Amino acid sequence: MRIRTWIVRIWPLVPILAALLFTIGLLVLFGADPVEVFQAMWQGAFGTQDKTLSVVAFTIPLLLSSLGLLLTFTAGLWNIGIEGQIVMGAVAASWVALFMDATSPVLIAVEVILAMLAGALWAGVAGILKTRGGVHEIFGGLALNSLAIIFTNYLISGPWQPPEGGSFFGTVPFREISQLSRFADSRFAPFSLLVAMVALVMVFVALRGTTWGLKLKALGQNPRSAFLLGVSSERETILAMMFCGALAGLAGAVRVLSWYDNLKQNISGGIGYLALLVVMLAAYRTLWVPLIAFFFSAVLNGAITLQLRTQLHSSLGGILTGVMVLFVLLFGSSKALGIGKSSEDEALEPDTSEIES
Amino acid sequence: MNDSELILILASIILQAAPLMIAVCGETITERVGVVNLSLDGTMLMSAMTGFVVSLKTDSVWLGFLAGAAVGALFALIIAFGTIRLRQSQVAVGFVLTLLGDDLSAFLGQNFTHIPGPVVKFMPIPVLKDIPILGPLFFNHDMVVYFAFALVGLTWWWLFRTQPGLHLRGTGERPEAAFARGVNVNRVRYLYTLIGGALVGIAGAAYSLNVKIGWAEGHTRGLGWIALAIVIFGGWSPIRGAFGAILFGATKALATVLQRIFPEVSVVAFNSIPWLLMILVLLIVSSESTERIIAFLPRPLQRPLRHLLRAAPPMALGKIFGGK
Repeated sequence: MRIRTWIVRIWPLVPILAALLFTIGLLVLFGADPVEVFQAMWQGAFGTQDKTLSVVAFTIPLLLSSLGLLLTFTAGLWNIGIEGQIVMGAVAASWVALFMDATSPVLIAVEVILAMLAGALWAGVAGILKTRGGVHEIFGGLALNSLAIIFTNYLISGPWQPPEGGSFFGTVPFREISQLSRFADSRFAPFSLLVAMVALVMVFVALRGTTWGLKLKALGQNPRSAFLLGVSSERETILAMMFCGALAGLAGAVRVLSWYDNLKQNISGGIGYLALLVVMLAAYRTLWVPLIAFFFSAVLNGAITLQLRTQLHSSLGGILTGVMVLFVLLFGSSKALGIGKSSEDEALEPDTSEIES
Repeated sequence: MNDSELILILASIILQAAPLMIAVCGETITERVGVVNLSLDGTMLMSAMTGFVVSLKTDSVWLGFLAGAAVGALFALIIAFGTIRLRQSQVAVGFVLTLLGDDLSAFLGQNFTHIPGPVVKFMPIPVLKDIPILGPLFFNHDMVVYFAFALVGLTWWWLFRTQPGLHLRGTGERPEAAFARGVNVNRVRYLYTLIGGALVGIAGAAYSLNVKIGWAEGHTRGLGWIALAIVIFGGWSPIRGAFGAILFGATKALATVLQRIFPEVSVVAFNSIPWLLMILVLLIVSSESTERIIAFLPRPLQRPLRHLLRAAPPMALGKIFGGK
C-alpha cells in the first residue's frame, strides 16, 4: 500500500520525464549530444541579462492570451481564433502608433484601448457566428485567423508600406513616443508586466468570486442546466469571447509596441496556439498559468538560440512543450490509468528543474 | 481562353483535389463512427513529410504511401486510445497533436527540404482517355486520382449499403442502441478511427508525392483544417464531401485566373476567398436562417435543397461511450 501511495504521489512527474526522454531520443536520432543541446537552450534563455529579459518579455503576451483563454475554456469554448484576435490587436495599436499625433501617455492609452477593442470585436464575430450561425468556434476562429493574417499582409504590402519601395516584411519603425518604454535596452517593458499582473488578478477574481464566473462555469459544465437556471448562453458565450479577445488584443499591442517596434508579417508567431497549450497544461487553474507561460517562453527562446548555434531546427522547443502537454493529457491522471484510486489526483505541474539542469 | 485550355484547368483541379478527397473520406468515416480526429492538419504534415522521405530513401512511392498511412494510423491510434480508453477530450488531444505534428514534421524533415524526389507515375487509362471531355478530365491521370474516386464510391457504398456500415453509423448516432444490438462500440470506434487516420495519412503522402512534390516546412499547412470543414460542408457524406473538395479546388483555380484578368485588384482579395468561403458554407449548412430562406422557396425545391445544403452531425459525435 505504501508503495502505491508513493507512486501516486510522484506520478505527476512521470509524463514530464517521458516527454524529456522522447526529446532526448529525437536528439540522439539526429546525432546531437542532449547535454550540449539542453545547455545551449539554457544559455539561450538565461545566458545573459538581455536574454533573461527577452524570456520575460515573451512571457507577457503569452500570459495575457492564456488568461483570456481561461475565461473561454471555463465557458466550454475552444477559442482557437485567439491568434487572429492577437493580430487584430496588433494592427489596431499599429494604426494609432503610425498615424496619431499626441503626447506619449495619450498615444499609449489610445493604442491599448483600441487594441483591446479590436481583439474583442474580432472575437465577437466568432462568438456571433457560433450563437447565431451555428458555426463551431473552432472553424469560425480558424477562418478569422487566416483573414486577420491576410489583412496584415495587405496593410504591410499596401497602404502601410514604407515609403522608399520598402520591404514586404514590415512597416516603418514607430516613433519612440508611441512605443512602450523598455528596461535597459531590452525588449521588456515594465508597464506591460504591470498590466499583465492586473489582468491576472482580475481573471482570478472573476472566476473565483463573481456571479459571472459562476455563470460561465455552469455554461461550460452543463449548458442545459445552465439554460434551465436562466443563464443566457448567447450572452455569456459572446461576453466570454469578447473579454478573451480584449486580452488577446492587449497581447498584440505588447507585441508591436515593445517586443518589436513595428507591424510585421506573422506578428503573433503562434502565441495564441501556444496559449491554448499553456492553459491545457495548467489544467485550467489560474495560478499555474503564469509559471507555465514563463516555462514555455524559456524553452522556446532557448530553442531559437539553439538553432543559431547548432543548426538544429528550433521546432525542438515546440516539440518538447507539445509532447509534454500530450503526455500530461494522456497519462497525467494516475486514476484514469487505474494505478491510483484517489479522486484528488489533479493534472500536473511541470517541473522546470529537469530542463534547467 | 479556348476549350482545351479550360479542360486542362479542370483536369488540374481534379488532380489537386484528389488528396483532399481522400482526407475527407477518411475523416468522414472517423466522424461517422462518433470520433472527431481534429489532428488532421498535423497528421497530414507528418505523413506528407514521412511519405516523401521514405520514398526518396527507398526509391519507391508505394512504400512512401505505406509509411504515410502508418503515420496517419499512429496519430489516429493516439486519439482513439486517449479518448476511448483514457476518456480524455477528443478536441484537446486532437489539437495538441495538430501542433505537435507541425513541429515534429519541421524537425524530422529539416534535412530533406527543397530537394527533388520520386513522383507518382502518370498512368492514362487506354481507350477511356479518348472519350471527349470526360477522358481528359477523369482518365488522363495517375493512380492517386483513380484511387480517390474509387474510395469515394467505396466509402459511400460501405456506409450506406452494407451491414457493417449500418453498425458504423449506428455507433456514431446511438451507441447505446448499437451496443444493445450486439455491436462492440469501442472496438468499432478503434477500427474505423484507425482506418480513417490511415486514409488521411495517404492523403498527406499524396500531396507531397503527387501535387506539390517534395517537402518544405509547413508544406500542407492549412489543408487539414480545410478538410475538416469540408467534412461538415459535405454533411458527413463522402460524395457530397468529394464535391466540396473539388469545389474548393475550383475556387482556388478561379482565383488564380481572376487574378490574371484583374491584376489591379489586390492579391489579398483573392487570398481571402477560401476562408470567406469556409465561413459562408458552414453558415449555409448550420445556420437557421438557411432554413427560413428555404421555406420561402417553391415547395418542390425545398426537399432537394435541404438534402443538398443542410446537415446535422452524427448525434454521438465527440461523446465518450460507456460508464467506468
